[in-house]
Amino acid sequence: MSEVLMEARNLVKDFPAGRHRAVHAVSDVSLELQEGKTLGLVGESGCGKSTLGRMLMHLIPPDSGEILIRGTPVTWLSDADFMKYRRMLQMVFQDPYASLNPRMSVRSLIAEPLETYRLHESRQETTRHVLELMSTVGLPEEFLHRYPHQFSGGQRQRIAIARALAPDPDLIICDEPVSALDVSVQNQILNLLKSLQQSRGLAFLFISHDLSVVRFISDRTAVMYLGKICETGPTEDVFREPLHPYTRFLTASVPMPDPHRRQERPKMAAGEMPSPISPPAGCRFHPRCPYAMPECSRTEPKLRRCGERQVACHLEK
Amino acid sequence: MLRKKEKQIVSDFEHRKADPAGPSEISEAYDLGEAETFGKLMLRMFRENKLSAVSLLVILLMILCTILAPVLTPYGETDMDLLNRLQPPSGDHWLGTDEGGRDVLTRLLYGSRVSLMVGIVPTLLSMVLGALLGVMAGYFGQWTDTVIMRLADIVLAFPSMLLAMVIMYTLGGGLFNVFLTLTLMNWGSVARIARSETLRLKKSEFVEAARSIGVSKWKIIFRHILPNCLPTLIVLFTLNVPAAILTESSLSFLGLGIQPPGASWGLMVNTGRQFLYNAPWLSFVPSAAIMVAVLSFNFLGDGLRDVLDPRLRKQ
Amino acid sequence: MKEALIQKEVLILDGLCAGFPARRGEVRVLDHVSLSVPKGKITGLVGESGCGKSMTARAVMNLIRHPGRVTGGRILLEGRDLLSMRKKERRMLQGREMAMIFQDPMSSLNPVMKVGKQVDEAVLVHEHVTHAEAKRRTLEMLEAAGVPDPERRYHSYPHQLSGGLRQRIMIAMAMVCRPKLLIADEPTTALDVTVEAQILDLMKEMSAKGTAVLLISHNLGAIARVCDDVSVMYAGKIVEQADICTLFDRPRHPYTRGLLSAVSSLRDGSEVLSVIPGHVPNLARLPAGCSFSPRCSCRGKECMEKTPEMREISPGHRIRCLWEEPGKKPGEKELETEGLAAE
Repeated sequence: MSEVLMEARNLVKDFPAGRHRAVHAVSDVSLELQEGKTLGLVGESGCGKSTLGRMLMHLIPPDSGEILIRGTPVTWLSDADFMKYRRMLQMVFQDPYASLNPRMSVRSLIAEPLETYRLHESRQETTRHVLELMSTVGLPEEFLHRYPHQFSGGQRQRIAIARALAPDPDLIICDEPVSALDVSVQNQILNLLKSLQQSRGLAFLFISHDLSVVRFISDRTAVMYLGKICETGPTEDVFREPLHPYTRFLTASVPMPDPHRRQERPKMAAGEMPSPISPPAGCRFHPRCPYAMPECSRTEPKLRRCGERQVACHLEK
Repeated sequence: MLRKKEKQIVSDFEHRKADPAGPSEISEAYDLGEAETFGKLMLRMFRENKLSAVSLLVILLMILCTILAPVLTPYGETDMDLLNRLQPPSGDHWLGTDEGGRDVLTRLLYGSRVSLMVGIVPTLLSMVLGALLGVMAGYFGQWTDTVIMRLADIVLAFPSMLLAMVIMYTLGGGLFNVFLTLTLMNWGSVARIARSETLRLKKSEFVEAARSIGVSKWKIIFRHILPNCLPTLIVLFTLNVPAAILTESSLSFLGLGIQPPGASWGLMVNTGRQFLYNAPWLSFVPSAAIMVAVLSFNFLGDGLRDVLDPRLRKQ
Repeated sequence: MKEALIQKEVLILDGLCAGFPARRGEVRVLDHVSLSVPKGKITGLVGESGCGKSMTARAVMNLIRHPGRVTGGRILLEGRDLLSMRKKERRMLQGREMAMIFQDPMSSLNPVMKVGKQVDEAVLVHEHVTHAEAKRRTLEMLEAAGVPDPERRYHSYPHQLSGGLRQRIMIAMAMVCRPKLLIADEPTTALDVTVEAQILDLMKEMSAKGTAVLLISHNLGAIARVCDDVSVMYAGKIVEQADICTLFDRPRHPYTRGLLSAVSSLRDGSEVLSVIPGHVPNLARLPAGCSFSPRCSCRGKECMEKTPEMREISPGHRIRCLWEEPGKKPGEKELETEGLAAE
């Protein structure tokens, strides 16, 4: 088994929402990111997956819990002290239309991380590196002085990826990097990410609501529901034989691009994810779960290990 | 294995370059082959926005006239000619004379010195001060925000004319003190607007992206936030210039700004008011000058805002 | 014969063209779009962003933003030509005989008005009924749209509801006057998968009750799940039209094939995903000949010169492509992949 690059232990984050109330965005989440591997994090919108990504990225501090990078706790480091770890972590955001400053050219966008970490002495060297990065992500050189609005979504996401690659990081946190893109372009970006990972030995935390995308790119998958992880394991196992009822529900909900398999979908729990302001007691999925037992509304199931997998459900013992 | 992949990548990339489907989809015809210099920017403005280009010319012309005033007219700024009081426009006096027999055109040219300076200098100063303080308040939040914004509130809540009078009264008249007064009067509203823009931009994904890279606070402020506040600030600037010209005239009217027989457009409008029936040109001419200046600044502002925004480059 | 057709087809688009004025001439965003939406069925319109699928919906609903406008063709709602109608007449049809739901239910609802009242309003605008009657109809419709506890939800404000519930409210609002045609523009794109499935089922239910539905989506999975017929759009033109099974089993246009293999390669566990090289072209500078030719894996010389017309290759299956057997033409090029895709 490979080395652990980053580890999160019992992370908790609540956001205040009016008087005496809080959005319990992330409650007691632990996970491990291994060197050179991809962990997929799936869940519906509002399940706390983006908040988790931003905490790992040191963009928002957790309320409690700990983050370790190669065994060193970094949770409470100041921004200045965190700088030496920052180079190792980079992030690609969901919306390539919003994550690039519209007033900066491609050159200055990609050069920004290089200048921030003072990787080069001269402007020429920086520009050469920028061009190198552009060719790595498949952007022609003549785009150097263009501005983000002149590009399509896919090309913008390539710019964002080039920026993330610039300081030669060990881990890239991708927050829904392809959900704003069209299918054919989405596949181009996914192929790019996968080949970058193989050629550079990168680790990814791949946050997405799209199960098929996660299935393609991840080595391991964690499923999140209402601020908690309900199942983790090797991707193929999780998708082929989901243990948690929510994972089963989720995988069955994905519409298949095949009109002959319309009827195959099992009828399952209706309704939607409850508000994270007042999550249900006991197992957080029990109000929608078709297998709910009386125990489920009383005690919260712990994340239990079974083989390479972990699942939080009273049914799996 | 990796080598091979990289080769593949390179050849793919080169292949793509030749592929018409690649670069052709770039949506702009505009050639941005290299970084743009200031001269090119101005040239582009002339091409794309004729009105603001004309406005820029008008403003430059006004400034030129101001500098060349002594050469352009045979009369002095305060030369009185009591025999020729309140003369209508004629061959000798193109724009007539005022109640002291002074040539209106001459006074208009000399007055534009004060008025244009009063319009531009304190407005710029208050923009810089207000934008900096506002962005800082918005970005840092907490006590920085409280201190700066409460100060701004005080400035805004105080009746502005009274504030101006107090300052002018304690410091005395004169151009420099007018600048100071107008700057202190105006920075509050600029800070307000800069702060609200900053609060909006602070939440945007590209600022978050910059933070995730580890860009320092000041760099984020100067590279990411301020340039994106620019459109709003430019509009505010074009609104504040005429306001400053008019405030100066009120101050002069109250005897706190420029003192007669010195000339400023505002002062000329005000003194001309008494002779509105007998000699309407006395207030009409400087009013027209103020209007032309104000309009020019407005159009120039619009043009600048568009030309500085890479998104609005014409296809 | 024609009469019979008109009876069954609720909406017929016949050679619909729309465009925006540009510096030189006009940018054509819809180029001779022809399709029909029959009663009791769901017709899908699929394509990538910017292909003109939303524009088609907007043209039917008279919602094209200035300066764009419809430049040609006919829009027939049960045989009546909408384009030759007077403005007022057309407006009265809107909402009553045809209704539309949008992608983002949050921005389509008034945030300061109770959702029940908003649905009431839809009734009151078109029918002379009392407020009590309107409310009764609203509650009935909310129930039918699967809103749990309609009495309580009637008094909610949009921000108090989840995305799925909001979209249900939008559907209730569209359906409350029992329109003959419902246009759904990406109704599930903003929703989570588990909710998407529920909303798609609801649309299916609505069509089973006799409404003609035009479902616009970029999601082939959603289309496959509920549609009866599908039209595929590319760069303002319809490139392939067929019933759902034919389209998914025997796609003939290279673009459709590319899209389908892009989606299915995500699922079948392949190491490298199949892609369509390049990007959607700018409508202002379409390539000569077939618009898809620069990205096409089986283009020939002819494709860059001659613009293909829509032709029927088997009953009900139409394509806009020159080749008889795409992919089997001698001298074809290898499928090009872009960037790092090919390995």
